[in-house]
Amino acid sequence: MAITQGMHTHRRRKVAGIGFRVGTYLALLLVVGPALWVLLGVVIRAVPHWQWSVLTTPTKGTTGGLENAIIGTLVIMLGVLIMAGSIGVLAGIHLSELAKPRRSGKASGGLLRTASDVLSGFPSIVLGYCGYVALVVGLHWGFSLLPALIILSIMVIPYIAKSTESALRQVPDSYREGAAALGMSMGYSLRKVVLKSAAPGIVTGLLIALAIASGETAPLIYTANFTNAIPGASLIHSQGFAYLTYPVYTFYNQPSAQAHDLAYDAALLLVFIVLALLVISRIIVARTQRHSESRGR
Amino acid sequence: MVVTGGTAGKNPAAQLNASAMRPGRFLRRIADGARASEEGVWRVAGRVAVTLPLVALAFALTVLLIKGYPAIRVNGWKFLTGNTWSYGSGYGATVHTDGVAHPQGSSFGALAIISGTLQSSAIALIVAVPISIGAAFALTERLPTWISRPLGFAIEVLAGIPSVVIGLWGLITLGPILARDVYPVIGKHMPDVPVLNYFRGTPSATGQGLLTAGLVLGLMIIPIIASTTRDLFEQVPPLPKEGAAALGMTEWEVANKITIPWVRSGIIGASVLGLGRALGETVAVALVSGTFIGFTPNVFGHMTTIAATILTQLDGAQIDGTGFAVATLAELGLVLAVISVLVNLAARAIIGRSSALGPSVGPN
Repeated sequence: MAITQGMHTHRRRKVAGIGFRVGTYLALLLVVGPALWVLLGVVIRAVPHWQWSVLTTPTKGTTGGLENAIIGTLVIMLGVLIMAGSIGVLAGIHLSELAKPRRSGKASGGLLRTASDVLSGFPSIVLGYCGYVALVVGLHWGFSLLPALIILSIMVIPYIAKSTESALRQVPDSYREGAAALGMSMGYSLRKVVLKSAAPGIVTGLLIALAIASGETAPLIYTANFTNAIPGASLIHSQGFAYLTYPVYTFYNQPSAQAHDLAYDAALLLVFIVLALLVISRIIVARTQRHSESRGR
Repeated sequence: MVVTGGTAGKNPAAQLNASAMRPGRFLRRIADGARASEEGVWRVAGRVAVTLPLVALAFALTVLLIKGYPAIRVNGWKFLTGNTWSYGSGYGATVHTDGVAHPQGSSFGALAIISGTLQSSAIALIVAVPISIGAAFALTERLPTWISRPLGFAIEVLAGIPSVVIGLWGLITLGPILARDVYPVIGKHMPDVPVLNYFRGTPSATGQGLLTAGLVLGLMIIPIIASTTRDLFEQVPPLPKEGAAALGMTEWEVANKITIPWVRSGIIGASVLGLGRALGETVAVALVSGTFIGFTPNVFGHMTTIAATILTQLDGAQIDGTGFAVATLAELGLVLAVISVLVNLAARAIIGRSSALGPSVGPN
């Protein structure tokens, strides 16, 4: 009796173990599968009708090409890199290097850190609405580049600050002590020793932030809207600013096949930009791991 | 240092004076000053930069409060408990309530929108958490590095794909397939008992609706939860696991009794962060939810969320000449902001209690 019961338990445990193993593989399949499905779906829909003239023709209504949107997205990425990049990296430097730890030994800037965390989870559409109300309408800037850059930067600054801080924290303290022992000033050692060794991590964080910024839609609809015009030099009062996510979001419910093709062309370009940024950041990580003294995990 | 003058070395004051005259020393003094001021510049710039997130947060909440104040006064508690969403007559008379102008017949109750937000995010979480944990387990505990590394890259890719592209895929590819092959089976055979009878019904042909929105949201928060869980699993020391295995535990028992409890609060924190992302996601939901303001009878019905409503209703709201509809959208945004701030603070508290190591996830 006891033996058969034991056999039953044994079998049940064995079945549970196999079920768990199959379940984990199934879960992995449910993550990797849709990722590939989305990518291949975009490629399969976009490539057969791909025309290189899309790159050199501006949008006309729901037809034409995407030159204005491509240039717009690249300009937005550059602007975010300058605006959010400088502020975010500075904030990260401050959190890691400059802010003095409290007497209790806890890291300083509790309120500021909390604000940064909360902001990183803040709904982008709400930030976009605030940009619309305060900047586009309130300051009479109109739909243009500057309000879009400000709102996108607010979104990604917490991310850049966090990745910069963690990259700086991985620089061994012996580097800083060695620099100080050689008589380097704090600023000089920060520039020449600490930032230099943390550069790969910081650049990776910046690239991911750019991927986030290039893929945003909701806040841009509220701050940049869209225009067929090629982006000009003006930061404000430009009556709309083009970017690639807009055609993806709006052209799908247009009746014409050309509009659908254009939506998928824009999706293909966006996916290409994101993949390029991810691959570059991967290469940077792999190279630094090969060259670093301690290989880490 | 090159000593040139004969007067140097006797009188300290003279030496100081003379040294100040020499170009080398003079330049070095400037350099010293520049060094000190460089540090000052770093400090000031860093302090300014680090306070900007707080400023931005205060800016956003202030704008929402100021802009939404008239709507908060007029709509009252009915906004959270009512279920009518009407802009009123654009051609009719403008009436004043509490000194706030709004079109006649305008009435705003967001209960259905708020409930749609919570329902779709709940479905996303129910789908994403087990899949994320399972995938993270397969990647860290089972597969060799040469295969888990490229598969792990797929998670990063999924995190990086723009939400509008995932939304387009959900609308054009996933939705119709589910509506044709999967939903009818579920809708017909789900037992008619409480909770599960919410899954009974006939789906729309496009597949747009609550369940598709929840599934797409789930797909979008999987990378957040899975990547954090993977990092957490890698930090579980091998000895307890090996000890448990040596006692005869099966793989499932080791995972269930050792590995997952070891990092439980980290997984919960990451899940709550994913929940925050799902609550605020906009364009993908706007594409696959059907954007219908009202309660859905079952999981296949059209619905909407707060974020999607703010996105899709702005054009309509601007027609209201009194500006009351735009103010109501600010109130709606404030509700979403409060929910997501609370969710993020909760995630922070959970993660902070478990360890100093926070999961590295970005905004969006």
